[in-house]
Amino acid sequence: MNGVMKRLTRLATTARQYVPALIAAIPMIWLLLLFVLPLLFVVKMSLSEARLGLPPYYDLIRSIEDGIVTIQINFSNYMILAQDSLYVSALLGSLKIATVSTLLCILIGYPMAYAIANAPRHWRTPLLMLVILPFWTSFLIRAYAWIGILKNNGLLNNMLMSIGVIDEPLNILYTQWAVFIGDTYTYLPFFILPLYASLLKLDHSLLEAAADLGAKPITQFFTVTLPQTTPGIIAGSMLVFIPTMGEFIIPDLLGGPDVLMLGKMMWIEFFNNKDWPVASALTVVLLVALIIPFVLMQNYEQLDHGDNDR
Amino acid sequence: MTVETPIVQLQQVSKHYGGVHAVDDISLDIHHGEFFSLLGASGCGKTTLLRMLAGFETPTKGRILIDGQDMTAVPAYDRPVNMMFQSYALFPHMCVADNIAYGLKREGMNKQQQVERVREMMALVKIEQYAQRKPHQLSGGQRQRVALARALARQPKILLLDEPLGALDKKLREETQFELVNLQARLKTTFIVVTHDQEEAMTMSSRIALINAGRIEQLDTPRRIYEFPATRYAAGFIGLANLLTARVVSQQDDIVTLYSDQLGCEFNVSHGQPLATDAEVSIIIRPEKIQVTQRSDNAVNQLKGIIKEIAYLGDVSIYYAEIAPGIRIKFTQSNVQPLAEQPISWDQEVTLTWSAYSCGILSQ
Repeated sequence: MNGVMKRLTRLATTARQYVPALIAAIPMIWLLLLFVLPLLFVVKMSLSEARLGLPPYYDLIRSIEDGIVTIQINFSNYMILAQDSLYVSALLGSLKIATVSTLLCILIGYPMAYAIANAPRHWRTPLLMLVILPFWTSFLIRAYAWIGILKNNGLLNNMLMSIGVIDEPLNILYTQWAVFIGDTYTYLPFFILPLYASLLKLDHSLLEAAADLGAKPITQFFTVTLPQTTPGIIAGSMLVFIPTMGEFIIPDLLGGPDVLMLGKMMWIEFFNNKDWPVASALTVVLLVALIIPFVLMQNYEQLDHGDNDR
Repeated sequence: MTVETPIVQLQQVSKHYGGVHAVDDISLDIHHGEFFSLLGASGCGKTTLLRMLAGFETPTKGRILIDGQDMTAVPAYDRPVNMMFQSYALFPHMCVADNIAYGLKREGMNKQQQVERVREMMALVKIEQYAQRKPHQLSGGQRQRVALARALARQPKILLLDEPLGALDKKLREETQFELVNLQARLKTTFIVVTHDQEEAMTMSSRIALINAGRIEQLDTPRRIYEFPATRYAAGFIGLANLLTARVVSQQDDIVTLYSDQLGCEFNVSHGQPLATDAEVSIIIRPEKIQVTQRSDNAVNQLKGIIKEIAYLGDVSIYYAEIAPGIRIKFTQSNVQPLAEQPISWDQEVTLTWSAYSCGILSQ
């Protein structure tokens, strides 16, 4: 009896050692099945040759005859991307729109996050709720609403004309300006939240020390608050930059045909041209373009963690 | 003869938070070159007072003058004072040299002079070798020095120190106490220290303001505060004290004769101020002023007691003798010989005595 109990205890101890690994394994398996595996399919597809039919590409593994496996890897899809200026300008267009939208989010979001973080304690949660509130409505509906606001005889133009600021309606809808506005509007909360957290963590005695050493409020901000909240700015910027790079719906609804972006190009290749291999190659390029800033951010965060470990 | 203007003049300063009077009508002059301590238990208002001097809080009432100028409404960044924060508040994203240079940059000092002054400050507090380190790469003691150097770099008229030694361990604290005193003597800057540690205040200060519930309980030199506490609170806060309640019987010249109904004995105490006959007062006797005597003749200032507790502290031992049910008297004896048999042991009856000139009377 005693021996059984001992063995059971030992078994329980061993099992307990595996619990953390088990918990970690669940999201790992999830990511593996639903992210890594499909991604590998996409990579594989990008290396294959297009054809008419279903599926609209040839398999990499062409034939298995007499035990000899022929694998045909095809880099021409990437060559097409490099050679056709359309794709290059789509990448540059995405970069431009993502960069401008991120900068706009910083300019608008920083004062908002700052104001919320410095509001009286009982005001903070309601103000933060207001930032998140738009998520209660469908994203698609909100994007459509911008058409009503931005179009030539829409809310904005009518208002500006009625108060006499402009005589002719501003042509905003179906230009890149509409995409800047739409992206900034949509992703602003993603910028504000991490920055808000970063601003809350700011040690106020540092500001007092700066004041004590002769820094006026504006100098206090630039020499203490801003450097101390850089991790928040970077995290927030990534959360804006990465999705806007691949954004499809906003440029499609608000941008019109002249705004070239990767997301839209992918859609065109997949659904209009039925060229799955080129669309996959585009996806891979976008992914690589996004991994670079992400790795940079990771490095910065590690530096920052080193700084904070006491 | 001209009287020098005090460097700091607090004129009926009060600070209220809602209904709480954190600082309650304090008036106080601090002179050039003083090492001044604001001493008190936590929550007594000493830190609020210091923060008002630095400019982080505005008084609800009253005026603050620094070097004769009204500073009540002047913001922190325009005041000729600097503060060393309890948490040090070093800028984590700047190295030691940049931390020290921060205030100099704000003054618009030129680069060459900045470098010069930073070097001078680092030498002053002996941290030259850490110039390029970030605060998190320093030990607590080193950080404390950086904070001190940063606060002194602008050569302020007054240096405010908020619990400057609070975060250091005991040994380092004792060493740093003397360093601070020497530094202050060399620089002749007025130091105002907030501390809750009476020993620290006693060691370092030229004068101490003992603060209790937002008011000054007593303002005096460390020695006078210890030997002649003004109130029961002051007596209890600084050092160990025995308080005995007694009734004034008579007063002749400077000797007051008192009688304790509870103990049934008579006391003589030297006291300058006239006291009303029959007034209830406290007699304060410091433990080290009490002697054990072989005589036992029921003379004045003589009490019999039974030893109930002995606390061996190494250098001295503190004995607690019960002189009446529920009333104990503390007295100390130096441990002169290392292994000598303890002259006094538990449950022994002792006769204690003290001189009329080494005790005092407290009527508050």
